[in-house]
Amino acid sequence: MKNNNVIEVENLTKKFGDFIAVNAITFEVKKGEIFGFLGANGAGKTTAMKMLIGISKPTSGSAKVAGFDVFTNTEDIKKNIGYMSQKFALYDDLTVKENITFFGGIYGLSRKKIEEKRQLLVEELGLQNIVNELVGALPLGWKQKISFSVALLHEPKIVFLDEPTGGVDPITRRQFWEMIYKASNNGTTVFVTTHYMDEAEYCDRVSIMVEGKIEALDSPKKLKEKYNADNMNEVFLKLARG
Amino acid sequence: MKRFIGFVKKEFYHIFRDKRSLFILFGMPIAQILLFGFAITNEINNVDIAIFDKSNDATTQEIIHKIAASKYFSIKQHITNEAEIETVFQKGKVLAVLVFEKDFKKNLTKENSAKVHIITDATDPNTANSITNYISAIIGSYRQEINKNVNFEYQIETKSRMVYNPELKSVFMFVPGVMTIILMLVSAMMTSISITREKELGTMEILLVSPLKPFQVIVGKVIPYIFLSIINAIVIVLLSIFIFKMPIQGSLFLLALESVLFIITSLSLGILISTVSATQQTAMMISLMGLMLPTILLSGFIFPIASMPLPLQIISNIIPAKWFIIILKGIMLKGVGLYFIWKETLILAGMTLFFIALSVKKYKIRLE
Repeated sequence: MKNNNVIEVENLTKKFGDFIAVNAITFEVKKGEIFGFLGANGAGKTTAMKMLIGISKPTSGSAKVAGFDVFTNTEDIKKNIGYMSQKFALYDDLTVKENITFFGGIYGLSRKKIEEKRQLLVEELGLQNIVNELVGALPLGWKQKISFSVALLHEPKIVFLDEPTGGVDPITRRQFWEMIYKASNNGTTVFVTTHYMDEAEYCDRVSIMVEGKIEALDSPKKLKEKYNADNMNEVFLKLARG
Repeated sequence: MKRFIGFVKKEFYHIFRDKRSLFILFGMPIAQILLFGFAITNEINNVDIAIFDKSNDATTQEIIHKIAASKYFSIKQHITNEAEIETVFQKGKVLAVLVFEKDFKKNLTKENSAKVHIITDATDPNTANSITNYISAIIGSYRQEINKNVNFEYQIETKSRMVYNPELKSVFMFVPGVMTIILMLVSAMMTSISITREKELGTMEILLVSPLKPFQVIVGKVIPYIFLSIINAIVIVLLSIFIFKMPIQGSLFLLALESVLFIITSLSLGILISTVSATQQTAMMISLMGLMLPTILLSGFIFPIASMPLPLQIISNIIPAKWFIIILKGIMLKGVGLYFIWKETLILAGMTLFFIALSVKKYKIRLE
C-alpha cells in the first residue's frame, strides 16, 4: 500500500436509475487517521459508505479499502473492517456477554480470544455489574459504547461509524469521542459520518459532501481559514448553500 | 462452521426469550388440534328435534321410537299444529322437525306409500344435510324391516360403504389440515418475522458487513425453525394417534420425509416474504393475508376443492398446502406409498425451488 493509505477512492460513482447518488468522488484516508465524512441528510454519505464496506456495488470508478478492491474483494474487505450503525445494533434480548460472544464468533475469533477480549472490555468500560444484563435494559449511552467496542472486537484495520452519536447526550458524546481517539492512537483508522458540526472539529481531516459530490476536503483548521469561518458549522453552511 | 453454530445458538435465544413466539410455536399446535378435534365437528350427536305427528298411529310411533333410540337424535318436543313449526325453529330449540302426514299407516298399507316431511334449519347447511341423511337412513331401515316378509320381484337395494374413514370421524379430516396450517404458520410466518426483525433493528446490516455470507445468515436463521417445525409435526401426529385414536396407515418414514419437504417449502415462502417486506408488521400481514387465508380457504382443508367454482379450483393449484394435504391424507388415511403421491411431491419440490430462486434474485437486486 503506497503512502500508508488504507482507503483509496477514485471517481467512485453510484447511480440509481437516473439519479446520481454519489458523483465521482475521489479521496484517500491514511492509516490511523480520524476521517470525518460530512454532509446533509441525502447528500450521499451513507451510499458512499455502503460501497466502501462492501454491501453496495459501485456503478463506476474504483476504490480500495484495506488494500482490497470494492468490486472484486468484498469478502476480504469485510474481514478487515469494523462497522457500527446509527442504531447501535446489538441484540436487545441477549445479554452483554452473549452479544460479545456472538459478534466475536461471527468474525471467527476463537473461544479463548473472545474470553480475553471480554474481560478486557469489562475492565475498560466498567461493565462488571451489567455484563449479564439484557442489552435492551441498558441506557442508550451504554449501548453505544458497547456497540463500538464490539465493532473493534476483531481488531479491524478500519472502523466505519455511521452517525454514531445520534440521540445521545453531550457528555456521553464526549466520552464516546475519547474512545475514538483511543482507537486511533492504537493505529485503527476511523471513518466517521456525522452531521454534528462540533464533532467535525475532533477529526484529523473532514470531507464535506453536497449533492453527491465532495465539495471540500481538508483539516478543520485549514477549512476554517479557507472559508473564513469561526467554526465548522459556518464552513458547512457556506458550502451547502453554495 | 463454528461461526454458524454460534449463529444458530443466538437464534434459539431469540425464540426462547420471546414469550409470544414461544406461545405461537408450542401453544398453538396443541390448542388447534384439540379445538378441531373436539369442538369443531361435522358429526351429529344428540341433535334436538321436534315431531309433528298428524297421524299418531302404530307405524309412526314405531318410527319415532327408532329415531329416539338412536344416539344421533333426542326428541325435544311434540307439536300439534303447523304454526308451531315456525316457532320452534325461531326459538332455536330444535334443528329439525319431522312431520308425519295424516293417516300414515292407512296410506302405507293401502297405497303402498306414505309421506314423511323432514324440515331442517339450514342456517348451518352442512348440519342440515347430515340430519336429513341420518333421518332418511333410519326411516329407510325401518322400511326394509317391514318389507322383509313381502316379496317384490324387482328390488334395487343400495348399500354404501365409507372407506378410509368408516366412522366418518371429522377429526381424521382435520388432522392433515391442521398439521398443514401449523407447519405453514411456524415455518413461513415466524421466519419472515424473525428475518425482518433483524432488518428493522439494523442488525441485518451488521451481519451483512461481517464476513458471514448472506446465505449463511439466512440458513442460520432458518435452521432453528426447521427443528421446531419437525417437533411440532411429531407432537401433532402423536396427539392424533393417542388422543383421537387416528391410525396412521402409511409409512411413518415417508410421512416424515414429506413433512420435511413441506417445511422447506414454507420456509422458502417465509424467506421470500422477508425479502419484500421492510418491517415485522408487513411481514406478518403478508403472511396472514397472503398465505394463511388462502391456505385455510383454498387448500381443501375446510371446503372441498371439487365443489368450488372453476376459477377457484384453478387458483387452488398454486397453493402449496393443497398438495401437502393430498399427500398427508394419502399417507395417513389411505396408507399409500410414494408411487401414488410422487406427482404431488414433485409439485411441492418444484414450488420450493421456484421460491428459493425468486428470493435469491430479489435479494441480489437489493444488494446492487
